[in-house]
Amino acid sequence: MTELIKAKVSELLANQTADRVLGWKKGEFFYDETPAVFQAEELDDLVYDGFSAPNLSKYLIKESKKEGKVIALLKPCDTYSFNQLIMEHRINRDNVYVVGVPCRGNLDINKIREKGIKGIQSIKEQGDELIIETIYGTKTLPREEVILDRCLCCKGSQHMVADEVIESGEPAWEAKADRFEMVTKLENMTSDERFAFWRGELSKCIRCNACRNVCPACSCLQCVFDDPASKVQAKSNADDFEENMFHIIRAFHVAGRCTDCGECSRVCPQGIPLHLLNRKFIKDIDTFYGEYQAGADIEAKGPLTEFNKDDVEPSIVKERGGK
Amino acid sequence: MQKIGVFICHCGTNIAATVDVEAVTEAIKNEPGVVYAANYQYMCSENGQALIKNAIAEYGLTGVVVCSCSPRMHEATFRKAAQEAGLNPYMVEIANIREHCSWIHKDKVEATEKAIILARAAIAKVHLNAPLISGQSDVTKRALVIGGGIAGIQTALDIAEAGFEVDIVEKSPTIGGKMAQLDKTFPTLDCAACILTPKMVDAKSNDKITLYTYSEVESVKGFVGNFEVSIRKKARYVNTDLCTGCGECTTKCPSRKAKSEFNMGLMNRGAIYIPFAQAIPNVATIDPQYCIHMKTGKCGLCEKVCSAHAIDFKQQDEIVEQKYGAIVMATGFNLINLDQFDEFGYSKYPDVVTSLEFERLMNAAGPTEGTLLRPSNHEHPHTLVFVQCVGSRDTSGCGKPYCSKICCMYTAKHAMLVRDKYPDTEVYVFYIDVRTPGKNFDEFYRRAVEQYGVHYIKGMVGKVTDKDGKLIVQGSDLLENKQLKIEADMVVLAAAVEPDPSARSVASMLTASIDTNDFMTEAHAKLRPVESPTAGIFLSGMAQGPKDIPETVSQASACAAKVIGLLAKDHLVNNPCVAQSNELRCNGCSNCEKVCPYGAISYIEKEVNDHGVREVRRIAQVNEAVCQGCGACTVTCPSGAMDLKGFSTNQIMAEVDAICR
Amino acid sequence: MSLNEETKKEYKPLIVAFCCNWCSYAGADLAGSSRLTYPTDVKIIRVPCSCRVNPLFVLRAFQRGADGVIIAGCHPGDCHYTSGNYFARRRMTLLFSMLDYLGIERERTRVEWISAAEGVKFSTTMNEFAKTIHELGENKKLRDLRCEE
Repeated sequence: MTELIKAKVSELLANQTADRVLGWKKGEFFYDETPAVFQAEELDDLVYDGFSAPNLSKYLIKESKKEGKVIALLKPCDTYSFNQLIMEHRINRDNVYVVGVPCRGNLDINKIREKGIKGIQSIKEQGDELIIETIYGTKTLPREEVILDRCLCCKGSQHMVADEVIESGEPAWEAKADRFEMVTKLENMTSDERFAFWRGELSKCIRCNACRNVCPACSCLQCVFDDPASKVQAKSNADDFEENMFHIIRAFHVAGRCTDCGECSRVCPQGIPLHLLNRKFIKDIDTFYGEYQAGADIEAKGPLTEFNKDDVEPSIVKERGGK
Repeated sequence: MQKIGVFICHCGTNIAATVDVEAVTEAIKNEPGVVYAANYQYMCSENGQALIKNAIAEYGLTGVVVCSCSPRMHEATFRKAAQEAGLNPYMVEIANIREHCSWIHKDKVEATEKAIILARAAIAKVHLNAPLISGQSDVTKRALVIGGGIAGIQTALDIAEAGFEVDIVEKSPTIGGKMAQLDKTFPTLDCAACILTPKMVDAKSNDKITLYTYSEVESVKGFVGNFEVSIRKKARYVNTDLCTGCGECTTKCPSRKAKSEFNMGLMNRGAIYIPFAQAIPNVATIDPQYCIHMKTGKCGLCEKVCSAHAIDFKQQDEIVEQKYGAIVMATGFNLINLDQFDEFGYSKYPDVVTSLEFERLMNAAGPTEGTLLRPSNHEHPHTLVFVQCVGSRDTSGCGKPYCSKICCMYTAKHAMLVRDKYPDTEVYVFYIDVRTPGKNFDEFYRRAVEQYGVHYIKGMVGKVTDKDGKLIVQGSDLLENKQLKIEADMVVLAAAVEPDPSARSVASMLTASIDTNDFMTEAHAKLRPVESPTAGIFLSGMAQGPKDIPETVSQASACAAKVIGLLAKDHLVNNPCVAQSNELRCNGCSNCEKVCPYGAISYIEKEVNDHGVREVRRIAQVNEAVCQGCGACTVTCPSGAMDLKGFSTNQIMAEVDAICR
Repeated sequence: MSLNEETKKEYKPLIVAFCCNWCSYAGADLAGSSRLTYPTDVKIIRVPCSCRVNPLFVLRAFQRGADGVIIAGCHPGDCHYTSGNYFARRRMTLLFSMLDYLGIERERTRVEWISAAEGVKFSTTMNEFAKTIHELGENKKLRDLRCEE
């Protein structure tokens, strides 16, 4: 797959469609891939495999402001964020050439480790199998067993926007789980149980801001939590209220704009399931105001910037029952 | 740090009886920033205001808190006082310790505590107040009146009389509206045409008034004093400059399928037509739906007979762009559709007519030239039944919940006119209540009953059926407590009125609010009845609610007075409590623009200097003359770039903090 | 802790009410001029429109020790600014649903549409809400302990 992409990209650079590429390269560990911009001569470092998880659309905010045109490699789910940023005038579309790349679901290194595989040196994807080279010899695993949680609720293999799509010929990845399952489970708990759950999770927060920095919807030039004039800027992480406040407001600020890309939870070093906050908003929006997928339709107005005269009343929260 | 003076009002005993004003004064004296605190019997009195003014001078106050009645009562008073003492009026905040405290609490200790907290919140807010300066905008000295019925005509005439230019936009080919269709008017029984048509002529001949008939408002942009309107002049396929209104074409036109709107469909008209003899402008209009030439390319008879060569089949719609300072909604009314009311057989029996059709049947210019004849067989009717409240005061869902107001009186008029002209007829009126408030109205109704012998029956008609060419009216007489069966020749239904269907779309173009029945909402039901809450939009006639002709005319004149008041100004002072975008924090995401109800936010590409980094960014810009200060944008803005002057995020949070302290 | 014991002795809830200037604030004024009582627990903050209420304000109030927050605006369709309350309705529905989801008692938050003519409704709403909050007791879940004096 990497070779197919490299060939396409080389061709586009050669015919001057663009002058550079935004893609992925290996980080310190092979499974730790990071976004990078490549010139034609640097293409050797470009990779694309199951660990190419980072959503590249946010990086285009800066990249598209520079001179020249950049090729952006976007997985199907990244294109939702891309569209959302186009809607918000954050990306200069004229300076981006979108190459849609196929995706078979990203791999979760932690799930691989949980299978008891140690001393991993490299992983090769061969069809539905992973060939894992370890210091204890070669192991194999079915790919499907170690997919990132977010990819189990895949939005689909369709690119919402692309100037060109690379076809892999492999069968498309499909969703395996209901994305609202955990939200529903939480909704069915008592209020004290829910509070205990979230207190447990949010108290782990170390305010590293990774969730915010990776989030394509959190694209403000200056976050209110960094702005001394806002009076709510980041304080010490000594108190869990700050964490509540930060995560509630962050979720509210991206409500209706969050594409559910799942990057927040993927990058959280503390493993907080932050996407469950966003999904609660998405679920409520779907239930109250009709199904809405941010970034799917560039003409949509957005659920929090429009209304219907017969929208449900806020008392629905009480009437809906539950414990 | 601000230097704040706090002034606590006793309001006689209104506040002082429940709130210990001395204790409040004592408690807030040591609040940070408070340099002066005093209490006085009546802060709003001249002496009280002098106390504030002197303290501003003596202590060099930069902020003032008045603990008194509601800001809705005296905020303006105290701001003015501060301004007179040289302080920016927006440096004054009110703590409402009367309506929200002393009047509703009984325990003096608790009420005093609460008053102190409310005062602290106001002090916390004043700390963050900044002087605000009102902007100004110009006023275009021209008014637009939408609708050319009696309401629109009267409003336009009065505005023109004061020397301002007025344009009337009327969607039908002539002005005159519903009143032109009426026969006589209550309670004096003047002929409607005799009193209306001179006004129509006046409107046409007044050189300050421009008529756009057969035209519709296409779009409205702008704001009070500065509306930009485009008007679509629909193609008449007749050159109005050449047409003399001789009517030759209308008599020669072979197409006779179109129903005459003026005669309520009781007779047909040509495809080329002049609605009625006194139409203004008196020019012909071709209805392309029925014109044989426009449909098949044949005929063209009108073109041949027109000696003025006014026929122009190639005419196109024309768009006129015009600027206005004020817009008047005079879109009028219609009778409701009676399809939902099967029981009266309106769609089945030609002799069941609406009251407006009845007006035409009685009118000398109507289909029967003023002789009352049954539409079915053109015979003289001997028994007539009038049914009131058809669809009015109806909460079943079929009709309208409100009273249509005019039906009681016009039904009395109809009954009286019939009895007067044809003494051999029997006239029955079914009513739920007879409502006759108005000068000489009840006298008029009593005449119908006592002098003209009209049979008034309290009750409702349940069913109208047909039997051997007669209408069998079944109803109940609630006073006699019996069922009635009347053999009638005609049944006249006083159908409910409803706003013209165009009202909704025009209102949304104007961002003017309408109620659940599509009537225009007033800025204040009692105190500002002819203004819309949207500045610069005024209400005239039935568009605002059911009313008869005298009431419509008085409201139309009242509306004109308000418009004249606005147009007489050279500048308008804007509310300074408007949204403001911090260009360094703005992401240019457009979310604020999407929620702004006034279209006050636009985006510009601007070079900004962000801590030494110079770059061109897309940033939001608020038109201060358009912004009304609701704050919808401030909450939708994720970066906090959008804030509202006078109610800033920090000010409100400071109040929250002070209250929760 | 002595603080808790003290508060237990005589629990006075703190309720913050955000009222829109044109309807609900005027409704509160009418309640006042009609002498319709409600507990002193309720403290009103005037905002131009219910759509001015930022979720930050609601959270801030809870953080600083409020036990209940109520937002009152014009009836849907009657907004002075034509549509502000429609936006507020969506925002607050979602915010309150989120607070419920986080385990904050859903009775602590409320939205009411109260017109300038509904002094009686203002007073009954506040009485009811104060009663609910009183029964619910102190907000312990969202308060920032550092803000205790």
